[in-house]
Amino acid sequence: MEIIKVENLRKYFPVQKSFIEVLLSKRLEFVKAVDGVSFEIKKGEVLALVGESGFGKTTTGRILVGLEQPTDGRIYFKGKDITKLSGEESRSIRRHIQMIFQDPYASLNPKMTIGEHLEEPLLIHDLASKDEAKEMAIQMLERVGLIPAEEFYSRLPYQLSGGQRQRVAIARAMILKPEFVVADEPVSMIDVSLRASILELLMSFKNEYQLSMLFITHDLSVAKLVGDKIAVMYLGKIVEIGRVEDVINNPKHPYTAALLSAVPSFIKRRFKVEIRGDVPDPKNPPSGCRFHPRCPFAKDVCKREEPKLVEVEPEHYVACHYPIEDDDLRRLKLEESFWELRS
Amino acid sequence: MMLLQIKNLKTYYYSRKGVLKAVDNVSLNVDRGELVGVVGESGCGKSTLAYSIIRLILPPGKIVGGSILFEGKDLLKLSENEMRKVRGKEIGMVFQDPMTSLDPLEKIGDQIAETIMEHEKVDKKTALERAGQLLESVGLPADRINYYPHQLSGGQRQRVMIALAVSLNPKLLIADEPTTALDVIVQEKIMDLLEKLKRDGKAIILITHDLSLASERSDKIAVMYAGWLVEFGEASKLVNDPLHPYTMGLINSVPDLWLDREIKPMPGFPPDLTNPPSGCRFHPRCPKAKDVCKKLEPPMLDVDGRKVKCWLYGGVEDGDN
Repeated sequence: MEIIKVENLRKYFPVQKSFIEVLLSKRLEFVKAVDGVSFEIKKGEVLALVGESGFGKTTTGRILVGLEQPTDGRIYFKGKDITKLSGEESRSIRRHIQMIFQDPYASLNPKMTIGEHLEEPLLIHDLASKDEAKEMAIQMLERVGLIPAEEFYSRLPYQLSGGQRQRVAIARAMILKPEFVVADEPVSMIDVSLRASILELLMSFKNEYQLSMLFITHDLSVAKLVGDKIAVMYLGKIVEIGRVEDVINNPKHPYTAALLSAVPSFIKRRFKVEIRGDVPDPKNPPSGCRFHPRCPFAKDVCKREEPKLVEVEPEHYVACHYPIEDDDLRRLKLEESFWELRS
Repeated sequence: MMLLQIKNLKTYYYSRKGVLKAVDNVSLNVDRGELVGVVGESGCGKSTLAYSIIRLILPPGKIVGGSILFEGKDLLKLSENEMRKVRGKEIGMVFQDPMTSLDPLEKIGDQIAETIMEHEKVDKKTALERAGQLLESVGLPADRINYYPHQLSGGQRQRVMIALAVSLNPKLLIADEPTTALDVIVQEKIMDLLEKLKRDGKAIILITHDLSLASERSDKIAVMYAGWLVEFGEASKLVNDPLHPYTMGLINSVPDLWLDREIKPMPGFPPDLTNPPSGCRFHPRCPKAKDVCKKLEPPMLDVDGRKVKCWLYGGVEDGDN
């Protein structure tokens, strides 16, 4: 059963006009941060949303947890339309939908103790008395490895390191036993040697609670590690979505292939796809396929017609007029790895 | 051929909490035309090392010991005036965030021309022409000299920074996390550019937290932990057969796109440098720690053509060297 279903989601941000532009009554411009995104996430499934910065990954996540109102489109939680909910109804649904933010220095309140951070959601949703909340908070601190829990309970955020803060943020999201979590780059600001343990912690909650997750990351190696499926975004649109193994071993969209071929690795990369130029201005996305000015395989039709997301193999969708074939990949293939890593 | 030789360098910060030994007894050398990756986590001292080489350590920081030989002359013994001639002309620097290191109110071309005119007797017109050529050499159209920094993308700005850093044709280029603020596709292109500069004969020190990136691009890798250089040697050897448990731990804990394996999280967290652990600074996190590791600082040993600072490889009787 799908926990989250998103249909044709759009979010347009108006671009601030200067006083002179207002006088000249210049047309209002929009940045189409999210422009017609659809996907679904099943129970216990992690969808990794990847792409470069500014392509609408975070905006998509924020809309799902209700921090941003969509311009258009529908969001369903367990079959129920939650796009426009208010008041009590919204609160009872939002309890099951939580978010973990990128920056653990900004997501915790500097004046609240760690204990209060964990108790607050329980009290707001009326799930526990003050004493019960404290007990649950302490249990949760132990669960996320902040030991001795009693000591961490009364500390303030400034007394914690970045890695510890992110554990608090995870604990705060998990204490409500949510069914769906948006994790927005949860390890990108964490020290390299601590990332693996944070990811492991998140995955342990995923397994314990049968959690569904939208995991936003720019790092494809992390996406491969945590994801069941991968969706690749380019300028507000999903250009490819499918099971992790399929997307990584058999990319169909040239942008996905270019991303994959640019990721640093301990062993030699398997193929190389070079793309031209820079990311275009999101206020004026290119005509037709938005990727065509940079695409090494673009033909005339790519400039005129926008490709639709179509299924090319079971559960593997791509929006491209000329999806990469196996033969193409063989052609792009580099010599086999030159360093075989010993384990 | 040795270009840069750092010997027993010590750079400390004197804070109210105590002395922070950001770079503690680090020795390292860089040959001509070689790319050396300096890898470590935030706070391990890798940036302090970079800034020490060009002597841009501001109080409360201070270089308190050691020597930095560049083409045989000790940079730490130069006067401030002499050092100013070394910066830019002998050693160029690329910083992490190009937006904060470029002047937002001045055109790109003027900024590069200014640097050239500061060091060489040329007129503005010639300097601007050179600026245009430099931009072309880093893959930007020459007409970008008329742009302001905000009109360029992050990747383009980093290219401008590199053009600026090589404008006086230095022999050594230090790049401090040059691609950390950039996306992977742009990162790849910037790294290709650095490799091209290396092929043209420049020595490059690449400071990064990303061991996989360093392993792809470096000839040699230096791994730093808590102010110490813990392993230094040929990149392929270091990645395929790491000697120091920290290097091993890093390799095993980093997700890798093309390697099918389970990752193993590293226990513990990096230490507070004003109060580092006794003995080996890595011992609280080390799966192979022995008694001696808690008590004594490990010596720097030569193993398999590499340097490694670890008790696992003997040297108990030798003590500290």
